[in-house]
Amino acid sequence: MAFDSWQEAIWMGGYGFYVWLSFGVSLLAIAILVVHGLLTRKKLAAMAVQEQQRKQRLARRQQQERAQRKEKGAQ
Amino acid sequence: MWKWLHPYAKGEATYRLLGAWLPWLSALAALFVAVGLGWGLFYAPPDYQQGDSYRIIFIHVPAAMFSMGAYTGMAIAALIALVWQIRTAEWAIAAIAPVGAVLTFVALFTGAVWGKPMWGTWWEWDARLTSELILLFLYIGVLALYYAFNDARTGAKAAAILALVGVVNVPIIHFSVYWWNSLHQGATITKFEKPSMPVEMLTPLLISIAGFLFLTAALVTQRLRNEILKQELHRPWAQQQLGVEAEHGV
Repeated sequence: MAFDSWQEAIWMGGYGFYVWLSFGVSLLAIAILVVHGLLTRKKLAAMAVQEQQRKQRLARRQQQERAQRKEKGAQ
Repeated sequence: MWKWLHPYAKGEATYRLLGAWLPWLSALAALFVAVGLGWGLFYAPPDYQQGDSYRIIFIHVPAAMFSMGAYTGMAIAALIALVWQIRTAEWAIAAIAPVGAVLTFVALFTGAVWGKPMWGTWWEWDARLTSELILLFLYIGVLALYYAFNDARTGAKAAAILALVGVVNVPIIHFSVYWWNSLHQGATITKFEKPSMPVEMLTPLLISIAGFLFLTAALVTQRLRNEILKQELHRPWAQQQLGVEAEHGV
């Protein structure tokens, strides 16, 4: 190790503020990007479920209408 | 000869291929970035002039390299999208731009924070810094154009044209330190002579650069997969991928 103790490593010869600020903000920015990607996927999954429910509703409605039309035809 | 490429013009094949890569890329990125940055922060010797402040280099240089690398990749995708009208290439533009923008931001931010103690200023309107800032604006412009139109394909085309025109900025960034007087130092590694860095510093830097290469690839892969799913959301295979059972016989 280039430092004698952890305190010295954090102090970075007086440049600790600059070194840790640049590392911290950089890792945070990259973390935000990763999390945003994961959230996007979650949102897409929710949209897929919605889309499926919409399709099912539509299918049910069509079936009902077909049944009603058949009844009318029979009368 | 190039026929094996054809299925990847389709979303599903590309999605599956990227899915096979993603865990490997992520693991390699985490490993190399952790080793490279940890080594650089704690084990590399201090610089004889800059002391410990120079340790910012281990994040600054890789981020700057791949901010330009990602742009070049995006421009190639844009060319493919414009010439061969391949939709996967259009989506790649939207996947690369945010990653490139964040890398550019990281390069600019770490540069500013390094510049303050070493040059005495956070920012200077010199060629290297200004051209890198323009790179950030290009990324943002490409993203804005991509999403600015009601018709997604029109947006993709507009974004592709900007991405392609903007690629002229990449060599300008690279050579700016030679073409103009600059506060910024010249190339350390990417020159034909021996790199002007001792091996104790160069090794962690190269590991970190490899880490950022994998990181960039992993982030782009993640976003491209999302973009493919978004565009093909109505298709059964995409719904299945998102955990919805495909409908049969309705």
